[in-house]
Amino acid sequence: MEPYKKHESIAALMNRSNVDTDQIIPKQFLKRVERSGFGAHLFHDWRFNDDGSDNPEFELNKPAFKGAKVLVVGDNFGCGSSREHAPWAIADYGFNTIISTSYADIFYNNCFKNGILAIKVNKDQLDKLMAEIAVNEGVRFVVDLENQQVTTPGGNGFSFEIDPFRKSNLLSGLDDIGLTLKHVDKITQYEQQHKKNYPWLWA
Amino acid sequence: MQALEYAMKKTMYEKIWDSHLVVDEAGQAPLLYVDRHLMHEVTSPQAFEGLRLSGRKVRNPHSILATMDHCVPTKNRNLPIADPIAKKQIETMAENCRVNGLKLYDMTDPNNGVIHVVVPEHGFVHPGMVVVCGDSHTATHGAFGALAFGIGTSEVEHVMATQTLPQKKSKTMQVVVNGTLSKFASAKDIALAITGKIGTAGGTGYVIEYTGSAIRELSMEGRMTLCNMAIEAGARAGLVAPDEKTYEYIKGREFAPSGQYWDQALAYWKTLPSDEGAVFDATVTLDAADIAPQVSWGTSPEQVAGVDSVVPAPESFADEIKRQACESALAYMGLTANTKITDIPVDYVFIGSCTNGRIEDFRVAAEVAKGTKVAKGVTAIAVPGSYHVKQQAEAEGLDKIFIDAGWEWREPGCSMCLAMNGDELTKGQRCASTSNRNFEGRQGKGGRTHLVSPAMAAAAAAAGHFVDIRKL
Repeated sequence: MEPYKKHESIAALMNRSNVDTDQIIPKQFLKRVERSGFGAHLFHDWRFNDDGSDNPEFELNKPAFKGAKVLVVGDNFGCGSSREHAPWAIADYGFNTIISTSYADIFYNNCFKNGILAIKVNKDQLDKLMAEIAVNEGVRFVVDLENQQVTTPGGNGFSFEIDPFRKSNLLSGLDDIGLTLKHVDKITQYEQQHKKNYPWLWA
Repeated sequence: MQALEYAMKKTMYEKIWDSHLVVDEAGQAPLLYVDRHLMHEVTSPQAFEGLRLSGRKVRNPHSILATMDHCVPTKNRNLPIADPIAKKQIETMAENCRVNGLKLYDMTDPNNGVIHVVVPEHGFVHPGMVVVCGDSHTATHGAFGALAFGIGTSEVEHVMATQTLPQKKSKTMQVVVNGTLSKFASAKDIALAITGKIGTAGGTGYVIEYTGSAIRELSMEGRMTLCNMAIEAGARAGLVAPDEKTYEYIKGREFAPSGQYWDQALAYWKTLPSDEGAVFDATVTLDAADIAPQVSWGTSPEQVAGVDSVVPAPESFADEIKRQACESALAYMGLTANTKITDIPVDYVFIGSCTNGRIEDFRVAAEVAKGTKVAKGVTAIAVPGSYHVKQQAEAEGLDKIFIDAGWEWREPGCSMCLAMNGDELTKGQRCASTSNRNFEGRQGKGGRTHLVSPAMAAAAAAAGHFVDIRKL
């Protein structure tokens, strides 16, 4: 995983709530056995017309949002299926930051496993950010994870909360499994006790 | 310290959490031990690839049970899979299980079926376990009093390598359902009514425990249907305390404790239910008698109504976001506000899935379908959740009832629940479906899904529109 660095980037706006992972990456694209290449199908059913051409009505097809790394979206983003293909598609498309009021639990976890910073803000803050983008499409936000700070040209900057463990993993780009395996002795110890307590699970 | 612990009243979730903590140190997420790991072909290949690349091994192969369900055809199973990408995914699953020595019920195995239907059939999940799967409907197994939740593919790899997961402790929500369900209202209707009441984000951050007399009355199949849809209310896991029905269901199955271990396991399971007076972070109450058979009218599982009501108007929602959601859902669904639910026609009917693909579901649907004919212009398919369900249904003559009524009787698989295997709606087609999600395009691009119970689906197939089955 790439370490997450402070950056300034275009913030794209999708003023939709309850966007589910079936929309983020429709099921017909889940058959691949690789992790890569899902960005081409991000939001497929909204993004493309039936003939495969770009749907000009879809937010992310606006020229002003091309190259955006920050995605600002409505409540309960990523609900539904656990498919990690959703954050793979989001990251592969080029986003590394999402700003919303809330996320579905599994999706939220999956983001951090893939170098995506999912920032939670309150409704009032989100409304301000959405309004700023709406009147100035192509506006660039600065995201500083180290200092837990977002700044915007319109003065709607804010600081955000994040779990320290998630933060340090994003900043270092460290492999979660490697961290857990530092505790391998404790896992083994737990298992020995587990076998004594619940022998039928090991019979 | 011990006295203090005795004094603390714990919920079932807290008991399972505490007994599975491997590491709980400041500055890092607690590590939770995983007893059972379930797998299917869609969310595992990249995890195996990750293991291979890092030179790691599966820590406890015996903790894993795998099946093929999402991409498998439900007809002409003897022929090769036509879609080359799906075929490769299926072959990759077989190879990954072979190389790592994992138990797999492949497409041709008599034990094959939808993972969340197959696993309970073999008694693989017991009360008090921590169970994971790269699939959000893992919540199903909470019906046994196990903490079961969906994970992403990176976490699948993590569990294979370490048998643990870094986890944040959830809040607890008690959903109390007292009273008696009306005739033909089912666990599915309870699940939809709960989602309608608290919304798809209502359970976010929570583990739900379902309690109350109506839950005790449910069969194990019904409890599985209910817990299955905890995720539709935003909760990663749903739980039902184990009782005699649970023990009776598990006893004698392949992976059930046996001999000397049965009594030992049983004694442990009986300690699991939430202590009298344990405190939940939130409580929601429903009266089962008030729950009419539900029909979803929109593109989110919270957009539901009783069959005796009408499609709501956007103006009826005070909340701006819900009003907008209603407006766009009606446009997608091709529905007009205030249309009676029973006036909504259907083109397609699907009975099956990890929500409603068990024997009980086919029994109740067959009871309604018996002696009817599928309405003109309607396609109706019955897809058993597993080969065991299929066999049992056939032994009871249920297949004949469906076939005589003009239904297709298929091979098991996820099928039209998410339409990955070629069973799908075409643009604008409207389906009465016993599955769990009515998201845009879920059953095929432009397809329109109405979530219902098996009895409601069978009645809609015969009438060509939704029917209040309480009046049949």
